Amino acid sequence: MSSRKYARTACAAALAALSFGVQAQISGGSVKIGVLTDLSGTYSDLAGSGAVLATRMAIDDFIANEKPSFKIEVVTADHQNKADIASNKAREWIERENVDTVTELVTTSTALAVMKVAKEKDRIVIMNGPASTPITNEQCNDVSVHYTYDTYALANGTAKAVTTQGGKSWFFLTADYAFGHALEKDSSAVVTANGGKVLGAVRHPFPGSDFSSFLLKAQASGAQVIGLANAGADTTNAIKQAAEFGITPKQSLAGLLMFITDIHALGLKPTQGMFLTTGFYWDRTDETRAWSKRFFEKQKKMPTMVQAGQYSSIYHYLRAVKAAGSDDTSKVMAMMKKTPINDFFAKNGQIREDGRMVHDMYLVQVKKQSESKYPWDYYTIKATIPAAEAFQPLALSRCPLIKK
Amino acid sequence: MEIFGISTALLGSQLLIGLINGSFYAILSLGLAIIFGLLNIINFAHGAQYMMGAFVAWIALTRFGINYWVALIVAPLIVGITGVLIERLMLRRLYKLDHLYGLLLTFGLALIFEGVFRDQFGISGESYEVPELLSGGVNLGFMFLPIYRGWVIIASLTVCFGTWYMIERTKLGAYLRAGTENSAMVQALGINVPLLITFTYGYGVALAAFAGVLAAPIFQVNPLMGSNLIIVVFAVVVIGGMGSIMGSILTGLGLGLIEGLTRVFYPEASSVVVFVIMVIVLLLRPAGLFGKS
Repeated sequence: MSSRKYARTACAAALAALSFGVQAQISGGSVKIGVLTDLSGTYSDLAGSGAVLATRMAIDDFIANEKPSFKIEVVTADHQNKADIASNKAREWIERENVDTVTELVTTSTALAVMKVAKEKDRIVIMNGPASTPITNEQCNDVSVHYTYDTYALANGTAKAVTTQGGKSWFFLTADYAFGHALEKDSSAVVTANGGKVLGAVRHPFPGSDFSSFLLKAQASGAQVIGLANAGADTTNAIKQAAEFGITPKQSLAGLLMFITDIHALGLKPTQGMFLTTGFYWDRTDETRAWSKRFFEKQKKMPTMVQAGQYSSIYHYLRAVKAAGSDDTSKVMAMMKKTPINDFFAKNGQIREDGRMVHDMYLVQVKKQSESKYPWDYYTIKATIPAAEAFQPLALSRCPLIKK
Repeated sequence: MEIFGISTALLGSQLLIGLINGSFYAILSLGLAIIFGLLNIINFAHGAQYMMGAFVAWIALTRFGINYWVALIVAPLIVGITGVLIERLMLRRLYKLDHLYGLLLTFGLALIFEGVFRDQFGISGESYEVPELLSGGVNLGFMFLPIYRGWVIIASLTVCFGTWYMIERTKLGAYLRAGTENSAMVQALGINVPLLITFTYGYGVALAAFAGVLAAPIFQVNPLMGSNLIIVVFAVVVIGGMGSIMGSILTGLGLGLIEGLTRVFYPEASSVVVFVIMVIVLLLRPAGLFGKS
C-alpha cells in the first residue's frame, strides 16, 4: 500500500468512525418511518397514496434543507381499514424491521389498535387520518400524536357556525360505528350549547349506498339542518340523493367530515353553500399554494388536510429527531412537544400533553359554480377558528395523562 | 294516520323506496341466476361488472359525449362482450371442475377489475347527472318521487319480465332450459350448446352492466359500488333458490320491500335483515323459496 493510499484509507476510516459516533444514538443507523394507511378502500383518496407521497416529499425536503447525518427510510402498507391487520403490521414493522414511528392511520379503529402496540413497544405513533376524540381522551398515551383534526374540532367549527346562523333544529344521519357516534355526540353538544335543538338521529349501516330511506326520515323530522355524521362515499351518496329527493335546498345539509376530494367528486352543484371545517385549504396563502402545486404535479389532485398534515407532521418528527440527536421515543416526543410547529400547514402549532396538536382550523363555505374560477377553486374561507378555540380544552380532557 | 306509531306517509314512501332498491336486487340476482342455472358458475365478478356498466356510461358521456339513452344500450353491449371473452378464454376450462374453481376465478377477476378502475379513477368516484328528460320529481302526496327513480322501477321490471318471457316462453329459452337439464342430449340434437353457454354468460353480464347504467345517476360511480351490493344480491339468489328465474325476480323485489320496512322500524338492522331471512329460509327450505330440491 503506497503511503498516499494509506493516508486516504486512514482518513476514510476516521471519517467513518466519526460519523458512526454521530449516529450512535440512531438505532440501526437510520430513521425508519412506516406509513400505515388505507391504500385501497373508501379512504384511499383522502389519505392513501397521497399520504405516502406527502411523506416522501417531507423526507426529501428535510434532507435537502437540514442535511441530516442519519439515513431516512420509508415503509408503507395497506391496513384495509381493519384494526387486526393494522396492529399485526405495526407489530411486524417494529419487531422485525425496527420501524421508529408508525404514521397516518386513517380510521379510528386502526389508530386505537396501533396506539396500543406502540405503547407496549415504546415507539411513536403520528395520526393524521383518524377523527375520533377518544384518541386523545380515554385512550390517550404518551407515545401518540393526533395531528390534523378531530371530531371535536369539526363539530365545533361547522355545527357552531350553522347553528348561530339560524339553523336551530337538527337531525343527524349517522354512520353506525365508533366514529359516527363520536361525531354525532360532539356535534349535538355544540348544537345544544349554541341554543339549537336536536330532533333526532338515524343510524345507517356502514358502508351504505342507498340513503333515501334515511333521508326521508330526516325530511319527516322537519329539522332545518340535516347533519351528516359520516364520511367518504357515505357522505357523497347522501348529498347526491338529498338533492335528488328535493330535500335540499328546503332543508340544509351540514357535512361534518368532508374533504376536498369529496367536493371534487360531487361537483359544486349539489354541494354549493355547504359549510365545513377543515385544517387545511390549498388556496389559502402563497405558502399553501406553493406546496400544494408541487403535490398536485405528482398526484394530479389537490391535497386533503390529511395529506398536508402528514407532510407537516413527518417534517416535524424528523426535525425533532435531529434536534434530540436520537430516535429514542421519549427524547423525540419531548422535543416534538417542546418545539412549536411553524410551516405552511400550521402557525404556532403545539402538541399538548394529551397528544393533541392544536392549530388554527378554518370554517369554509363551498362556492357556487359561478364563483369558481379555476380547477379546485372550491372554498371561501369564512372564518379562522383560533387554535385555542378549535380543539377541546384540556380542562374537559378525559385523558389520564392530564393532571387536574 | 299512523300504523305502529309510524305515519302512513312515511311508511308508503319507505315501501316505494324498498321497491326501487328491490328492482336493482331483482335485475342483478336475475343475471346471477341465469348464469348459475346454465353454467353452474357462481359469478363473483357480477358486482364488478355492474360497476363497469356504470363506468362505461360515465366514460361514454364525459369522453365521447354519448348520452344516457345510448349508453343504456351500448354499455351493456360492451361489458357483455368482455363477458363473452371471459367465458371463451377462461371459464370454459372450468366446467368439468368443482364449483369452487369458477367462484375463485370470478372472484379474482372482480378484484382485478376493481383494482384497475381504482387505479385509474380513484375511490371518491365520479358524478353522473340525471338525464334531462327524467330530472325533477312528482309530488305523490305522501312523498316526493324523483322521476328517475320511477323510471328505474319501470326499466328494470321490463327487462326482468322480458328476460323471464324469453327463457320460459320462446324457442331459444326452451333450448337454454333443455341445455341446463341435459346438455349432452341437446348437443346430440344438433344444437350448438357451447355457443348457447357463451351467449348466456354474456347476457347475464350485460344485465349486470344494465343495472350499473341505471344506478349511475343515483349513486356516486365508484370502483367499489358493486362490491357493497353483491353480497346482498347473493343472499337474494340463495333465498330465491339458485338458478330459479322467477324466484330471483320476486325475491329481489320482496327483499327490497322488507329492507325498506326494516329501515322504518329498526334502521340499525337494515343491513342484516336479508341475511337473517337467508338463514331462516335455508333452515326451512334448503333449496330456497322457489328452488327445486
